[in-house]
Amino acid sequence: MALTRDDVRRVAILARLELEPAEEERLTVDLDHILEAFARLAALDTKDVPPTAHVEDFGALLRADEVKNPPAGDEPLLNAPARDGRFFRVPKIIE
Amino acid sequence: MSALTDLSVREAAARVRRRDVSSVELTRAALARIAAVEPALGAFLTVAGAEALAAAGAIDRRVAAGEDPGPLAGVPVGIKDIICTNGIRTTAASRILQKFVPPYDATVTARLKDAGAVVVGKLNCDEFAMGSSTENSALGTTRNPWDPDRVPGGSSGGSAAAVAARECHASLGTDTGGSVRLPAAFCGVVGLKPTYGRVSRYGVIAYASSLDQVGPIARDVADTALVLQAIAGNDPRDSTSSPRPVPSYAAALDRGVRGLRLGLPREYFVEGMQPEVEAAVRGAVQQLERLGATVQPVSLPHTEYAIATYYLIATAEASSNLARYDGIRYGLRVSEPSLRAMYQRSRAAGFGTEVKRRIMLGTYALSAGYYDAYYLKAQQVRTLIRRDFEQALGTCDALVAPVAPTTAFRFGEKTADPLTMYLFDIFTISVNLAGLPGLSVPCGFDQTGLPIGLQLIGRSFDEETLLRVGAAYEAATDWHAKRPPA
Repeated sequence: MALTRDDVRRVAILARLELEPAEEERLTVDLDHILEAFARLAALDTKDVPPTAHVEDFGALLRADEVKNPPAGDEPLLNAPARDGRFFRVPKIIE
Repeated sequence: MSALTDLSVREAAARVRRRDVSSVELTRAALARIAAVEPALGAFLTVAGAEALAAAGAIDRRVAAGEDPGPLAGVPVGIKDIICTNGIRTTAASRILQKFVPPYDATVTARLKDAGAVVVGKLNCDEFAMGSSTENSALGTTRNPWDPDRVPGGSSGGSAAAVAARECHASLGTDTGGSVRLPAAFCGVVGLKPTYGRVSRYGVIAYASSLDQVGPIARDVADTALVLQAIAGNDPRDSTSSPRPVPSYAAALDRGVRGLRLGLPREYFVEGMQPEVEAAVRGAVQQLERLGATVQPVSLPHTEYAIATYYLIATAEASSNLARYDGIRYGLRVSEPSLRAMYQRSRAAGFGTEVKRRIMLGTYALSAGYYDAYYLKAQQVRTLIRRDFEQALGTCDALVAPVAPTTAFRFGEKTADPLTMYLFDIFTISVNLAGLPGLSVPCGFDQTGLPIGLQLIGRSFDEETLLRVGAAYEAATDWHAKRPPA
């Protein structure tokens, strides 16, 4: 299954990455090459093998629902690329 | 050079507690060493001199007041720049986080401080820990202390280089596919990747969440055990951190290897390996036999599928984890009138080539129509790889293997084709997929004087046996005591 430049464009949109034409070209070659090497997995019979999502499954560790954090001051906004008082500034979302 | 920077963590902390030396003196010595070697080495992205001296002063005042500041009392340490430090810039070696200053400490940072350690700065790494040479850092080049033309390994290259070069007494790295063990091997120091779940990841910038684990780097096994002791254990803020009790790692160190059964995985001794690496590892195995261990061959038959499995799972998880960098709340923003354009341009400008490649590969593997063939398939093969280890470790107490096929390579040697770099992780990556602990200890040098690492792989949550074998080997050899040229 050869990867095309259209595939790369489609995936870049899903990943919210704007790619330069040269990047698109390079990624098409790289990803195709990588996926070709990874195709060896298809040769393994895994019909009855359960997937591993996490190695250690000790169930959901729940803690008491107690408020421990004090109300946030200015800290969450200190790294904001753009702010307006107590708010993050963003481009207009609703037309 | 000041002899203070040569002290082990244990000795430095003991002297601080006895008031033979102050933490401020140790910290000044570390900062002087950093100032002397950094222009050529480049291990640090941020040196936090003022903060470190203030912390050291506070430790000294506690000692003077008769308090015990903890097992790492006053000892200068460094932290990989992917681990959050309150008030100290944390970049993940990425342009997208170049100005990010965390408003909180990661749990491991807090635990080091609680144990008395003094954080002298933040260490370079591959961007978002994605790489095996630290060449993918967007913010600086780290050189190998043994040879400036060679890479320090990665992704925790700065963490290993700084410890080897005596800029700090120990450091923290993270290991998703070998990122603590490989740089430790390349720089001639000790590095431990703990069992998945042993150490909290709260405040550690996520790469691949089913694989990431924080681990210590130090100059010998006992120091490594001491730092592990400080950071290990359950954290209510990380639901993947295990509730299992933490044993005393120091108590494991002097038990010797007599009676232990060590397995030699035949798939880890392959053609294409540097002959000196194979000879050094086989020599170490013989040494362990002389010390009383028994050695038997074992097989990990799915090893050849590990690279593909890892790079599908890790990139899929990365594509999801890195979706948070959107230019809204923190990180780089390229201002655009539309939200979509702002996301796309901010991410395009903020991420480096390898990070983009992995996001793309992971997004592809998770996308409609490909999920079963790639991501689900990789998760199934991951089960087979785990079973290989369960079987091998059913008859052995630990496995012995090389860390990497060669010693440190030259800059640019493996950057032309990304797959070449991926394939280099062959001996470390399966351990992450299986969630097991792995220890890298120095076991020799090649003809050009570059260090070689021995890898010990253990059962789940059995760091004790690895530290025990590593300490016994170290007691019988002096590889770990060799130091890079000043």
